[in-house]
Amino acid sequence: MYPNGHQGLKNINLKINDGEFVVIVGMSGAGKSSLIRSINRMVTPTEGELLIDNENVLAFREKKLRQLRTNVGMVFQNYNLVKRMSVLRNVMSGRLGHTNTFRSLLGLFPQEDLQLAMNNLKRVGIAEKAYVRADQLSGGQQQRVSIARVLTQQPKVILADEPVASLDPPTSHRVMKDLRRVSKEDNLTTIVNLHFIDMAMEYADRIIGLRDGEVVFDGPISEVTEATFEEIYGRPIKDDDLIGSEEA
Amino acid sequence: MAQEKSTTLNQLERYHLTPKKFKLFLVVTIVIVIGLYIAAVFQTEAFPNRIIDGMEIIFKFVIDDLFPPNWSYLNTVARRLLETWNMALFSTTIAAVLALPLSFLASGNIVKSRTAYQFMRNFLNIMRTIPEVILAVLFVATVGIGSVSGILALSVFSAGILAKLISETIEAVDPGPLDAIRASGGNKLQVIAYGVMPQILPQYASYALYVLEINVKASVILGFVGAGGIGVIMQQQLRMFRYDNVATIVFLTFLTVSLIDFISNRLRGHLE
Repeated sequence: MYPNGHQGLKNINLKINDGEFVVIVGMSGAGKSSLIRSINRMVTPTEGELLIDNENVLAFREKKLRQLRTNVGMVFQNYNLVKRMSVLRNVMSGRLGHTNTFRSLLGLFPQEDLQLAMNNLKRVGIAEKAYVRADQLSGGQQQRVSIARVLTQQPKVILADEPVASLDPPTSHRVMKDLRRVSKEDNLTTIVNLHFIDMAMEYADRIIGLRDGEVVFDGPISEVTEATFEEIYGRPIKDDDLIGSEEA
Repeated sequence: MAQEKSTTLNQLERYHLTPKKFKLFLVVTIVIVIGLYIAAVFQTEAFPNRIIDGMEIIFKFVIDDLFPPNWSYLNTVARRLLETWNMALFSTTIAAVLALPLSFLASGNIVKSRTAYQFMRNFLNIMRTIPEVILAVLFVATVGIGSVSGILALSVFSAGILAKLISETIEAVDPGPLDAIRASGGNKLQVIAYGVMPQILPQYASYALYVLEINVKASVILGFVGAGGIGVIMQQQLRMFRYDNVATIVFLTFLTVSLIDFISNRLRGHLE
């Protein structure tokens, strides 16, 4: 519930299992972002409970909250890299929650953390850009850097808030493929917001549909049909709701 | 055809580009402002003929008294100018170090407490309202005559300016990366070091150079109240009516300050 009295989310009751790749779909304003951002408390729901490993994260204060956040990685629509900083430094900033403040201020990261960061850059295929400034990269490459950053954080959960909304269709597919591959390799629980339904179908294990802040669908990908999406969107599916195939 | 057009125009209600009320308001405002100027002329006795007469006196002063400059005085001037430069350099460095924590404390996107933020803002405002000459007088009175009091005065004064300028830069940074670091469990200091600092570094350097320029000029004046630098001998030679020496001081100071400004401007151009 927002201060202006507008209720962003209501009656949400979900259980997300370990290692699942969940895609949340819904129209703009349906509450996808609020839902995802509640999980790492970037926004705080006013009512209810949110349990991660049986702990109610809504009760967390400062220290506990930071601890929670080191275990929950986040990928943003706008990548949120520091543009003037090198790719490697950006990736290492994912390690800050695990690093002693004093050491991190001096840039004294342990060598094994740097190994981890470089290895993650290799996994998303941009290790050769490690010392390039982040703003020299294309959008797709920047989003891969932010995936490498989130992996270097070694979280248990990855939250991705519209990770491909600023990318063109072929790049979107490549980024989503990378995201799915690494999250399966590391057995990470991943929750992704998407608004393209064909992309959701292609990459999700399970789909949660939101409309006006309420869950209107929740089920494995095998149960999803076109009618499901019409229910989620509250109208017939249009071409705009589809991103198109990879070859597009 | 044309006839028809004009008759229809005559029958229509006339439109004004500027509303009549606003026109009146403008005229009244202009009259009041001119009146204030005239009152100011009487209060300061700055009548136009006096200003024109003054020009002639200045011209004669330059020709008869300042020329030729005493070039044998050059060594003393150069040494004092070096002192002036050192004062400016030290005080800018101290100010740059002091201003950094102050500016973070005065940035709304770093300090979440409204009262703490307002307190810091007001503190910086007060810091900047004290003119550097007053600060210099205070420091001369407490730590004594010499360049140390000048350095202290300039440090305090320019820390205020720098902190204000930097805090505005901090408030304008892209909030995305800060969110990303917060979301990965980074604490406030880490957000500052990895999110804010890389974004503000070029402006920080540029503002520091700008303040260095200001400090070079300000430290010329500080000598007049005994706070060291070129101003000390300037005032001394003026008192002794050694205008040939004063000319040397003015000439060399002008040259040095211009040179520093030029170099600093070029450097700042490259930073942005």
